[in-house]
Amino acid sequence: MESGRYSDTIAAIATAVSNSGIGIIRISGSKAIVVADRIFESIKEGKKLQDVPTHTIHYGMVKDGNQILDEVLVTVMRGPHSYTGEDTVEINCHGGVLVMKRILETVIRSGAVAAEPGEFTKRAFLNGRMDLSQAEAVMDVIAAKNDYAMANSVSQLKGSVSRKIKKLREALLYQVAYIESALDDPEHISLDGYTRELRKALEEIVPEIEGLLKNADNGRLISEGIRTVILGKPNAGKSSLMNILVGQERAIVTDVAGTTRDILEEQIRIGDVSLRLTDTAGIRETEDVVEKIGVLRAKEAAKEADLIIYVVDGACPLDGNDREIIEMLKSKRAIILLNKVDLNLVVEEKELEKMTGHPVIEISAKEEIGIERLEKEISYLFFHGKLDFNDELVITNIRHKNALEAALGSLRLVFQGMKDGMPEDFLTIDLMDAYGKLGLIVGEAVEDDLVNEIFGKFCMGK
Amino acid sequence: MPYLEESYDIVVVGAGHAGCEAALACARLGLETIVFTVSIDSIALMPCNPNIGGSSKGHLVRELDALGGEMGKNIDKTFIQSKMLNESKGPAVHSLRAQADKQDYSREMRRTLENTGHLTIRQAEVSEILVEEGRIEGVKTFSGAVYHAKAVVLATGTYLRARCIYGDVSNPTGPNGLQAANHLTDSLVANGIEMFRFKTGTPARVDKRSIDFSKIAEQPGDEKIVPFSFSTDPQSVQKEQVSCWLTYTNAETHRIIRENIDRSPLFSGAIEGTGPRYCPSIEDKVVKFPDKERHQVFIEPEGLYTNEMYLSGMSSSLPEDVQYQMYRTVPGLEQVKIVRNAYAIEYDCINSLQLNPSLEFKKIKGLFSGGQFNGSSGYEEAAVQGFMAGVNAAMQVLGRDAFVLDRSQAYIGVLIDDLVTKENHEPYRMMTSRAEYRLLLRQDNADLRLREIGYEIGLVDEKDYHYVKEKEQLIEKEIQRVERTQVGANPKVQQFLETHGSTLLKTGTTLAELIRRPELDYFMLTEIDENRPVISEEVAEQVNISIKYEGYLRRQKQQVSQFKKMESKKLDQDFDYSKVGSLRKEAVQKLNQHKPASIGQASRISGVSPADISVLLVYLERIRREQ
Repeated sequence: MESGRYSDTIAAIATAVSNSGIGIIRISGSKAIVVADRIFESIKEGKKLQDVPTHTIHYGMVKDGNQILDEVLVTVMRGPHSYTGEDTVEINCHGGVLVMKRILETVIRSGAVAAEPGEFTKRAFLNGRMDLSQAEAVMDVIAAKNDYAMANSVSQLKGSVSRKIKKLREALLYQVAYIESALDDPEHISLDGYTRELRKALEEIVPEIEGLLKNADNGRLISEGIRTVILGKPNAGKSSLMNILVGQERAIVTDVAGTTRDILEEQIRIGDVSLRLTDTAGIRETEDVVEKIGVLRAKEAAKEADLIIYVVDGACPLDGNDREIIEMLKSKRAIILLNKVDLNLVVEEKELEKMTGHPVIEISAKEEIGIERLEKEISYLFFHGKLDFNDELVITNIRHKNALEAALGSLRLVFQGMKDGMPEDFLTIDLMDAYGKLGLIVGEAVEDDLVNEIFGKFCMGK
Repeated sequence: MPYLEESYDIVVVGAGHAGCEAALACARLGLETIVFTVSIDSIALMPCNPNIGGSSKGHLVRELDALGGEMGKNIDKTFIQSKMLNESKGPAVHSLRAQADKQDYSREMRRTLENTGHLTIRQAEVSEILVEEGRIEGVKTFSGAVYHAKAVVLATGTYLRARCIYGDVSNPTGPNGLQAANHLTDSLVANGIEMFRFKTGTPARVDKRSIDFSKIAEQPGDEKIVPFSFSTDPQSVQKEQVSCWLTYTNAETHRIIRENIDRSPLFSGAIEGTGPRYCPSIEDKVVKFPDKERHQVFIEPEGLYTNEMYLSGMSSSLPEDVQYQMYRTVPGLEQVKIVRNAYAIEYDCINSLQLNPSLEFKKIKGLFSGGQFNGSSGYEEAAVQGFMAGVNAAMQVLGRDAFVLDRSQAYIGVLIDDLVTKENHEPYRMMTSRAEYRLLLRQDNADLRLREIGYEIGLVDEKDYHYVKEKEQLIEKEIQRVERTQVGANPKVQQFLETHGSTLLKTGTTLAELIRRPELDYFMLTEIDENRPVISEEVAEQVNISIKYEGYLRRQKQQVSQFKKMESKKLDQDFDYSKVGSLRKEAVQKLNQHKPASIGQASRISGVSPADISVLLVYLERIRREQ
């Protein structure tokens, strides 16, 4: 449920999140204009968006405290004459992933909440701004966007972060369960002197959350970047390429076909572009079960990739396996690398380009020839808007950060409560809130966790 | 043709804590009501623990009383010890518990039933429900008599196909050796009702004369007794009380249990029912918590006119000889004589997901149910459901709207919502942690929350209703006065603050601000509050809580208003969710299985995501516009 969302004002990035063109951050809800006023400074001194007529555009700066984030145009539309039917503010900024993120974060800190996937569309329909015939489409959009967000928000979370959050949640739940079992069975379980223990536990938990928050600022909570998959037949040179790009021995490189059995993942930067690089097992018909799983995963990964780098072994003629890969490249953004130019090429660059419809670059992974051209090509695609950041990722990171801040806020209320001498049954309210907030990050609802923990860990009487 | 046919407005099956409340509510609303029991002598029987109330259960009794139920009044008449639990904690978890004289409790309730107009009591085993085209028509007894009714309330407790077990002894009886009801299950199953089999247990009863009280600790009742019922005059319950006693198990007890664990029917597999985790047998506790060196044993009297004592904390289904051995390792019980053995009991109950929030079966109109039959546990949980099922049966017969309390109104609402919304695989027990708005659902304000509703139903009289209305006004008035009354930094005030270790005033403030200080409260301020009007203690208590905890209360009220928005969006219970294309498969399946009454209820079903709820909202809006 939407528990804890007291604000009805939502915000999100309304355009594709890429480094090109103009970006729009949209705010909708009863406090949209108030929120915008908190971060917008008009070029005309003293002008407040709350005082301007509807459907007007204003020039000024978006500020986070005293720091100017960007020069923007702000459109104010009062409900019901807006897309959602509610008061709406659109902030047109200069684009750029970092700037858009910063602005959205500031908007959220100023009183809006991150929109759920498909929420603008949902509101537009519920407020009568879309006609009846669009209902089915609206429902499909909501369902599809959610599936996507769900799949992403958890899978993008780094394993170490997810483990840490789960550990923090366990620790919190234990404390709540202890207090609750004592409340339910006061004659068996005592709370005398318990707040001391609780304080000790929280003094360990709070810095951990603060640490995670710091990481969130550096974008290290989730594996962000363009999801890039390196594909190719066994021994075509995928792992060597990956090692060059990553700059260290990461994948095992041998001359025996099929040595990369699992998926390896690395995050790299090429100029301003961040790639999440996945090396996969080579694609070819195989009988080896372990390798087969790797091949299946490679195909899966390719399906979800934003960019495919297809490494062709130029010293061998193309075969059925290559054709299978070329099939997978359809309707995908891809770069073809014709590898092993240091040997005798039997595959033609032109022919390959015609077959695939994607740019082809000749390289030698072994001699590190052509790598610069590859990097240039990736930058080109990105800055010409041909490659998008997955916009769900950006907002996912912001939602995570939000949740961490909220959890921290709840724990601070617990400290305040202890200071004010509040009875333990008040403290559990905020402890449980913190638990729920952290659950949002790892995609776990509260459900019956507490009752199960009480019975599992504490011996109830009667 | 049956040899006997009679017609009633309402039939109630069972006269335990649920059945009694159901029957009384219906009869008091003027409907001709008949209540069946397998034994007239076991009306309102307490076959397990000898007390009413306790954490969160005390809340249920208070709420039931505010609505016009009987349990609170009955325990006020028959208690022999009373305690307010959790007094050192916040007001939301204060909970009243009273030891009952079991026989007296049962007798008093029977007297009340026998003296209520429109109510007939009949000893007979109901063996069939009569259903015509999805509507209840009446019931048939094992002897063949037919009783027609406009509505039926099932409250069979733990009697359906009951089996009592200890060691390798298995008796096909209900609790206390009473006759089980062995036939009704077949009729229910034949009518498409899904049954579960649950289990619970009880400790031995022992002879008081065989206990060495010099070795165990006395547990007296509270000095000042608070009655359960809002209608009971507190002065009338200040009386002599009987003590309970505390002792502990030890390493020797645990050794005996471990060595004989293979002889427990729970571990040998002879018991198939699912038991509750919160009220484990002593062998469960020893196995599950091996590090615990000792467990508490409360020895509680079963009544004033009997020597039987209840060994709370040591329920068991171990064989008789092991029971003797283990009980006799406990200090004070070295020579103990068992009067009745401990046993486990297995019984049939229903999957409560088949019920609407009004406790009516979704598939059988006019058939309602309450109590342990619904898969709950405890006298108090049973009583409130019996009451709600009875009132709803009556509302239907009278052509009035169904009566449902939501999670923000009462623990009763939480209990029933959990039962009809969440998968439940063990006897359900009320707990304060299940109530998300518990700061608002206090036992001290149950009358303020629910009296008016009871009055509208017709089960609270004018006098009680006006009393609470007046109380409400007095509270409001006093809160306003305290918020407005200025306190200057004069010597008297400073002296007062200094005495109580509170920071001295620099400038003036209000009484309310002082009450909010952790070290002060409304009652302490009497000294410096010169114009305080004469108000009753119960009014003062409400004023104190409202002001002292204002911040927390306000937050919960905000949450409630969000919650109410979703609850007010009703769903059609005949709706086929597979028609909504964008819902995920799992959600369609769960929604079709549950047929929730509102968007709020739908959102609490496990397997239904927030996105599914968004899709449903859009779908509802489409339907609304199409109409």
